[in-house]
Amino acid sequence: MSFASHDSATRQSQGEAITAEEIAASGATADEATARYALILGDDALMLSQRLGAWVSRAPELEEDVALANIALDLLGHARFLLTYAGTAWGKSEDDLAYFREEEEFRSCRLVEQENGDFGKTIARQLIFSFYQHELYSRLVHSTDATLAAIAEKALKEVDYHQDHAAQWVLRLGLGTEESSRRMQAGLDSVWSYVEELFTDVEPITELGDVAVLPSTLREPTLNRLHQVIEQADLSVPDMSGAHGADRSGRHSEQRGFILAEMQVLARRHPGATW
Amino acid sequence: MSPQNHQHAPLRLADEADAAAARDEAESGQHRFDEIIADDSRIEPRDWMPESYRKSLVRQVSQHAHSEIIGMQPEGNWISRAPSLKRKAILMAKVQDEAGHGLYLYSAAETLGTPREDMYDQLYSGKAKYSSIFNYPARTWADVGAIGWLVDGAAIVNQVPLCRASYGPYGRAMVRICKEESFHQRQGWEILYSLSHGTQEQREMAQAAVDRFYGPALQMFGPPDGDSPNSQQSMAWNIKRFTNDELRQRFVDMIVPQVEALGLTLPDPELKWNEERGHYDFAELDWDEFFAVIKGNGPLSRQRLEHYRSARDEGAWVREAAVAYANRVSQEQDRDQAALIGA
Ligand SMILES: [Fe+2]
Ligand SMILES: [Fe+2]
Repeated sequence: MSFASHDSATRQSQGEAITAEEIAASGATADEATARYALILGDDALMLSQRLGAWVSRAPELEEDVALANIALDLLGHARFLLTYAGTAWGKSEDDLAYFREEEEFRSCRLVEQENGDFGKTIARQLIFSFYQHELYSRLVHSTDATLAAIAEKALKEVDYHQDHAAQWVLRLGLGTEESSRRMQAGLDSVWSYVEELFTDVEPITELGDVAVLPSTLREPTLNRLHQVIEQADLSVPDMSGAHGADRSGRHSEQRGFILAEMQVLARRHPGATW
Repeated sequence: MSPQNHQHAPLRLADEADAAAARDEAESGQHRFDEIIADDSRIEPRDWMPESYRKSLVRQVSQHAHSEIIGMQPEGNWISRAPSLKRKAILMAKVQDEAGHGLYLYSAAETLGTPREDMYDQLYSGKAKYSSIFNYPARTWADVGAIGWLVDGAAIVNQVPLCRASYGPYGRAMVRICKEESFHQRQGWEILYSLSHGTQEQREMAQAAVDRFYGPALQMFGPPDGDSPNSQQSMAWNIKRFTNDELRQRFVDMIVPQVEALGLTLPDPELKWNEERGHYDFAELDWDEFFAVIKGNGPLSRQRLEHYRSARDEGAWVREAAVAYANRVSQEQDRDQAALIGA
């Protein structure tokens, strides 16, 4: 038996619809503003994937190792599409953007950079982010940018599962035991002040018209649905306003540096190497 | 045996009747079991089986499951640092597969009457064994390649014959697992191929990883046949099909052309084609090290177990909540049903 052929060993389906390699090969080129928008979406997915990947072999049950890895993989797939597409504007690859940008060049929001904490906090972060992403992608499928629309279509199916996973756990933990209810509430309290940032209209989104989805328009439907689940789980929606000081422009969380230090360490030790 | 059938008979007689019935059942059961084994067909969970067969299978299948679970750790440590997004995705999918393998195998073992919780407890307490290869560290990215190529490769050689194991659920779990293991081996080989065709530093990293994992990977087949007392019985039961040494030889014969294609070498000066035998000769392995690692003195034996324990401990409240919630839901359903019947 020989492996001399160079087929990829990637076995997770990147979907029938689209792969990062296809986006790179398609010849579709993003303009500068669209590329910067794709970075916002892609960096969110990348950071959250990195966070969730750390649960693998540490989850409360074997089934959760599988589920969290699954979600992390989906998000990594979305990040790869989006960074690949963004890179077409500057002649850069997904890896150039993931591994060789500096901390202040990333555009992720603070929510996805928060530490995993306990399972309750991770689920709180999942609930908020997957509900937000679901609203976002169900609108982005109508983007006038064909590549973004195709990415959104693929991502939407997966995020559908992510939000179901999160909501189920919020119910189990909220209505489970006294301890689980307390921890689930503490998880929500811990991340809630980063919710508002998701709905802030920042540039270049404000200039992109029908290419993008204006974040402020996602606020009401996302919050309504979040409130419903939280109340159904006998928990309370934290009463706090958004934490100041971030606008996806380089004023980011303290944790981002640690995430990148770990993620980028090997690639940066061997610049120019192929893997 | 159902005691209520005998409730009117004097106790002593009932005991004797039960004992006789059990003897008859065991006799015809053993006869049928022997026939199935002689025909090389399959034992299913409802079939009668000797207690020793059941016990031996639970031990083997649960050890196998534990190996999948502990095996997530060395490679899982590299998910966060994988040097490209594509490699990160492939690695994450691989480690996720291993969790899935653990699930299939625990389910197969459960069909033999051992609850999953008991198996978890045995791993937790340190009583259960798992493949000693996972007590070695994955220090470099090349180790991830070497683990995929050699460790998953050895697993395939071991497991392909197990697809025909006489116990149905085990054999069927192995069929699913083997398909995925061959992807795993290939991704490991590809990692090493990229490294060995990359920069000088990458190449050295690849060779060092192969040097470190070669011996422990060969030891995954277990001790030499002379030191493997359980093998004979396991072969007589059609669980195992080849001896440890036969499988080890098969593995060496398989990886020699593969390492040549990589442009790397195996760390054995005695490795040589033997025309007469039609196999590669290779040097004796360090069995002292092997037995030391098995006894719990591997480089990372304690770390791996502590990692497993702390994950179990930290997740306890989540599992309790899931049970409490499931009970609550089923009570509510009962109430709804009662209300419906009442109305
Ligand atoms: Fe496996
Ligand atoms: Fe594997």
